[in-house]
Amino acid sequence: MIPKRTFDAVIVGGGGAGLRAALQLSQANLKVALLSKVFPTRSHTVSAQGGITAALANVSEDNWHWHMYDTVKGSDYLGDQDAIEFMCRNALPAVYELEHMGLPFSRLENGKIYQRPFGGQSKNYGGEQAIRTCAAADRTGHALLHTLYQRNIAARTQFFEEFFALDLVRDEEGYVLGVVALEIETGEPCLFESRATLLATGGACRIFRHSTNAHINTGDGLGMVLRAGLPLEDMEFWQFHPTGIPEVGSLISEGVRGEGGILYNKDGEAFMPRYAPNAKDLASRDVVARAIAQEIRAGRGCGEHGDYVHLDIRKLGAEKIKSRLPGIRELSMQFAGVDPIDAPIPVTPTAHYMMGGIPSNMHGQVVAPVRTGPEEAVPGLYAVGECACVSVHGANRLGGNSLLDLVVFGRAAGQHMIEYLKENPIPRPMPQAEVDKPLARLARWDKPKGTETVAGLRLEMQKIMQDHCGVYRTEALLKEGLELLDKVETRLPDATLSDHSKVFNTARLEALELENLMGIARATLVSALARTESRGAHTREDHPARDDDHWLRHTLYFRENDQLDYKPVRLKPLTVETFQPKERTY
Amino acid sequence: MRFRIYRYDPESSAAPRMQDYELDFDAKGKKVLDALIAIKETLDESLSFRRSCREGVCGSDGVNVNGTNVLACITDLEGLKEPVTIRPLPRLGVIRDLIVDMAQFYQHYKAVKPYLINLDPEPENERLQSPEDRAELDGLWECILCGCCTTSCPSFWWNPEKFLGPAALLQGYRFIADTRDQATNERLDFLEDPYRLFRCHGIMNCVEVCPKGLNPTEAIGKIKSLLVKRAL
Repeated sequence: MIPKRTFDAVIVGGGGAGLRAALQLSQANLKVALLSKVFPTRSHTVSAQGGITAALANVSEDNWHWHMYDTVKGSDYLGDQDAIEFMCRNALPAVYELEHMGLPFSRLENGKIYQRPFGGQSKNYGGEQAIRTCAAADRTGHALLHTLYQRNIAARTQFFEEFFALDLVRDEEGYVLGVVALEIETGEPCLFESRATLLATGGACRIFRHSTNAHINTGDGLGMVLRAGLPLEDMEFWQFHPTGIPEVGSLISEGVRGEGGILYNKDGEAFMPRYAPNAKDLASRDVVARAIAQEIRAGRGCGEHGDYVHLDIRKLGAEKIKSRLPGIRELSMQFAGVDPIDAPIPVTPTAHYMMGGIPSNMHGQVVAPVRTGPEEAVPGLYAVGECACVSVHGANRLGGNSLLDLVVFGRAAGQHMIEYLKENPIPRPMPQAEVDKPLARLARWDKPKGTETVAGLRLEMQKIMQDHCGVYRTEALLKEGLELLDKVETRLPDATLSDHSKVFNTARLEALELENLMGIARATLVSALARTESRGAHTREDHPARDDDHWLRHTLYFRENDQLDYKPVRLKPLTVETFQPKERTY
Repeated sequence: MRFRIYRYDPESSAAPRMQDYELDFDAKGKKVLDALIAIKETLDESLSFRRSCREGVCGSDGVNVNGTNVLACITDLEGLKEPVTIRPLPRLGVIRDLIVDMAQFYQHYKAVKPYLINLDPEPENERLQSPEDRAELDGLWECILCGCCTTSCPSFWWNPEKFLGPAALLQGYRFIADTRDQATNERLDFLEDPYRLFRCHGIMNCVEVCPKGLNPTEAIGKIKSLLVKRAL
């Protein structure tokens, strides 16, 4: 028997989504435990740069209807319009609330929150560029994450820092009763019993060789959900951010183009107008990423290998670069060896964001085809943030909507959990066999001998995903990728650790993370192979058109036998008219 | 490239030691963190260290390299004297290898009440703040809590339990400096203490090592002058 701790609610993940939900629960005087595998301010939210989108209309005329239209269009009509309406409406109070919490937003001359233009933003349903993204310089994620952590200190949330969640515990009726986690410092497992469990474990771009993501983005919540027999939604949709620093992957914010930065090929041509005559450099991310990839393919890339393009911000001038984009300047000097005041920044499309994830609704409840309906709530289980698929981002997320997603749905989930806990006051019996399962998984890594290493297999998996599931995909490429991944996966049981110590054994953590990544890579390839159309970030060269007749629906992937299921897109918003799918141009 | 790295295994009775590694590695454009990862992946899986963002914004990988506290992920390998000697941040307890116990550091941070205190009813929209007032926060709010500054400070080495250290004091001043905060007096009361604040003797190690280019000494000076002003 492992030690047990009991809480009303357990939150797994200490990024923006987990912290926002925790705050809601703590302020309602519930006993909440927040587990995070890193100290909360080390979470990947900290790397978000450009801002958080809300139609405050501080700079130009605006309203949430326009934001909603842009988000639906940006999602290539795969986003659920009820959830998108919910997010865009609630964006205003959410941002004001962050300001009241103390977030150090940059300011306009009149003292209001500073806003900058971002990609895919328009006035009047597709008209001229809107200015909608609220920013704290180019470190908005840092400001948001620290502010939320600080509010949780004030609310006395109980943190379990450096605890790694292994698996959900579910009983026979499907109720989630908590998680089994590993205390990293001692190496001891512990059961966290709770009547409501929220997954806020973030993204998983570490399935790719090159990504903008932190090392910790290994999709642990998704792995837990797959092992619990629940599906993942829309896993074929991964956003390749147009502007990552080649090789290293560090993100160069869309805010750079928002502030006036222009993309150039090796001939010195500002090429975006050829691909997006109206929005140009501020077209949606999938559009810009494909444009850059095509320039590189056509031999118009820069540098010795022609594998990147230039992002030029020099005309903004030293002073504005220093005040509005100080973080970008730092990253660019540290990782590209370039001061953007003097020279253009080399950039290339880089895996950045997972649009798919754990199927959830706008209350943060995890929904799955459990018994009868396609979207039945899994009792006691919630998911928010990048790990969840509400779906507000559909086939392509707009910049600035990710931080927004975290706080709007973090709050909504916290609120719903409060109600759920009231209705479910009594803990259900804990099935011991379910608690033991993750312990066996843990023990498996104690075996002394093996022929494979974790680092070796991880690198092979990352290369497969990079080469076979990137910006452009074909059936042949995806099939080959899946065959190769099969081979790597069959070797996973032969992997072993040379370090079997208990205290802060990071090698063991990386092994457990690899198990999660491997399942996600598989879900991605299987889902991408099935979707025979091009939509948003999923570009099939063998099926170049969007196919609304067959594919205006969400993919659901189950681990057992790689089974796929589908569910319709929720086209009906809460209060406004549906935005009917139409051709998407910028 | 040659490395000499501090090793401590809490599960054995052995004392901490320095271990040498030779890495076949093109250091061009690479950072110290790249070397640590390469050592872990190819030479010694048991070498333990923290890392997350690998781009200098999360503050996980503060270590001491050739005698200076740095973030491993933004410190160039090129130009470092060999063997590159890597130790845990000084003065904090070592959990294992390069992983230190940050509890004391976080406790000091929490002690300064690092959150906005404003008891007025919340307005419908944002509270207004002029760009000039907001600029007072620049150089304060960007702290990533890596601990490089505090663990480089001799005053902290001597009184780690009582002296709050530069990182916590910087955050203390971040809220004092915020025109939206109403608890300046209460914050100054807490800081007006021979140890918490006044152990700072302006040695300025913190300024020298801060990987984000922040200036805790200046912030501490501003707190001190506010205290003087208040006393007059």
